[in-house]
Amino acid sequence: MAAPTYPFMASIEELRTKLATLEASRATPADDTEVEAVRSALEREIERVFAGLTPWQRCQLARHPERPYTLDYIGGLMGEFTELHGDRLFGDDPAIVAGFALFDGEPVAVIGHQKGRTTAEKVRRNFGMPRPEGYRKALRVMKMAARFRRPVITFIDTPGAYPGLDAEERGQAEAIARNLEEMARLPVPIVVIVSGEGGSGGALALGVGDRIVMLEYAIYSVISPEGCAAILWKDQARAEEAAAALRLTAPDLLELGVVDEIVPEPPGGAQMNPPAVYASVATVLRRHLRELKRCKPEALTRRRYDKFRRMGRVVER
Amino acid sequence: MANAVSVPPGMWVKCESCKEILYYKEVQDNLEVCPRCSHHFRMSAESRLSLLFDGASYRLLFQKVRSTDPLKFVDTKPYTERLRAYTAKNGPGDALLVARGAIGGHQAVVAAMQYRFMGGSMGSAVGEKMARAIERCLVRKTPLISVACSGGARMQEGVLSLMQMAKISAGLARLRDRGIPFISVLTDPTTGGVTASFAMLGDVNIAEPNALIGFAGPRVIEQTIRQTLPEGFQRSEFLVEHGMLDLVVPRHELKPTLVRCLNYFH
Repeated sequence: MAAPTYPFMASIEELRTKLATLEASRATPADDTEVEAVRSALEREIERVFAGLTPWQRCQLARHPERPYTLDYIGGLMGEFTELHGDRLFGDDPAIVAGFALFDGEPVAVIGHQKGRTTAEKVRRNFGMPRPEGYRKALRVMKMAARFRRPVITFIDTPGAYPGLDAEERGQAEAIARNLEEMARLPVPIVVIVSGEGGSGGALALGVGDRIVMLEYAIYSVISPEGCAAILWKDQARAEEAAAALRLTAPDLLELGVVDEIVPEPPGGAQMNPPAVYASVATVLRRHLRELKRCKPEALTRRRYDKFRRMGRVVER
Repeated sequence: MANAVSVPPGMWVKCESCKEILYYKEVQDNLEVCPRCSHHFRMSAESRLSLLFDGASYRLLFQKVRSTDPLKFVDTKPYTERLRAYTAKNGPGDALLVARGAIGGHQAVVAAMQYRFMGGSMGSAVGEKMARAIERCLVRKTPLISVACSGGARMQEGVLSLMQMAKISAGLARLRDRGIPFISVLTDPTTGGVTASFAMLGDVNIAEPNALIGFAGPRVIEQTIRQTLPEGFQRSEFLVEHGMLDLVVPRHELKPTLVRCLNYFH
């Protein structure tokens, strides 16, 4: 349980570990009283720490090693997941998972970035940083969803597209661009869930949809705080300042008109109570799919265009 | 991001490739290509438009569109000040000039990026002008040509810059659905969010010789793989070899090539 975590979470983790130990060993009514005491201490501590949460701390929560990943959401929300592999052009990219599943008994296509838990899996999934074949696999599965008139649900959780030599050779830019264009014209509903890190173009390549919802402690940005700090101040250590400047938190994105809705997380963040998060996401997803199912394909793509067309802030003078 | 490569307005200019000291007028008359080694100097959007339109005659569109500062972004100085300074120096237009006119007798719209305006970075103004250019082409059924020259998305407008990629690509999807041609010209440099949106989405993708074209910049890749990149990596010729571009065309051939494309499409 007690994974290495961030300094600002230390007091919370300490109480959380204590609570788990006590719960496991309780025998007498006196133990119950103590459990309750620790539980309310934990609740108070979470409230205290989260009241003053900084953008940088939100970035850390979005990257929390125990945060639910795409496959966890699929397992928690859906049934009969069948994972599909490969882009039919070059290979299979484990940094993106894609397939079909049942949500509320209805078939849906589900696609998302996938990070690993263990060191070996982290490496295998390239820390959730896709290569072109990942984006092309995603597109293949989306086009299949369109052929069979199934809605598409995507989960966004990536530090960004992989900045490697092989990824460039195989056309990382083209793969991302193609997804943006094709998602804009896909004639079935698309619901995008920004569940963790929304890292730049690598995130956006799964992010063009009719509805974009964002978990409370997820982030979404044009560049990572570290990358931004390195460029602006030639100093990665100033990531904390960059995180604040970039306005990358869920409330920021709602205010900027980029996301439609924020999905609340349990006290302390999604990792504290994953089943509660799945329930919240399911409720939101259900509502959006129900609304979108009523739209004709032409209306769907027209509104999707209008949605993105409005994004940005300009003046004329 | 300072523009170290374009031709300064002096009498003499040094070619950064062959290191020759050249008479500026001679370079200018040669379409800003080094007469000794054929190195392509970076071109301003205005020169580009003059090069492409018949009789160097064109009309600028959407010049009133300006970016704002939705993030209240401050790095070494406030973004609003930066915008003001660049506009004072370069005139209006942000990092993209959109113009209409005739090319080989075909009515066309050209969207040419201005590198000297914040490294040709793409924020809301660039996205908006590009979207309007696309919409104009949709209505009038005219072909669109973009000339990319950009470091990528503009950090100072945060996630709104990122969304311009989706906005523009969604517009291009409409052009494609209606059979209106879009030709993408890529010049040195074309990286980041510009490459990963419209620059790679042309019906035909044409690059100038030896242009740096990629998603991640070479320095970022070197840091990732902890190796020096091979010679010619992410250059135009490399991208043709890897199937990402249709053509590499020297600047002197660019207009005739575009005219042939327009003749074919029309």
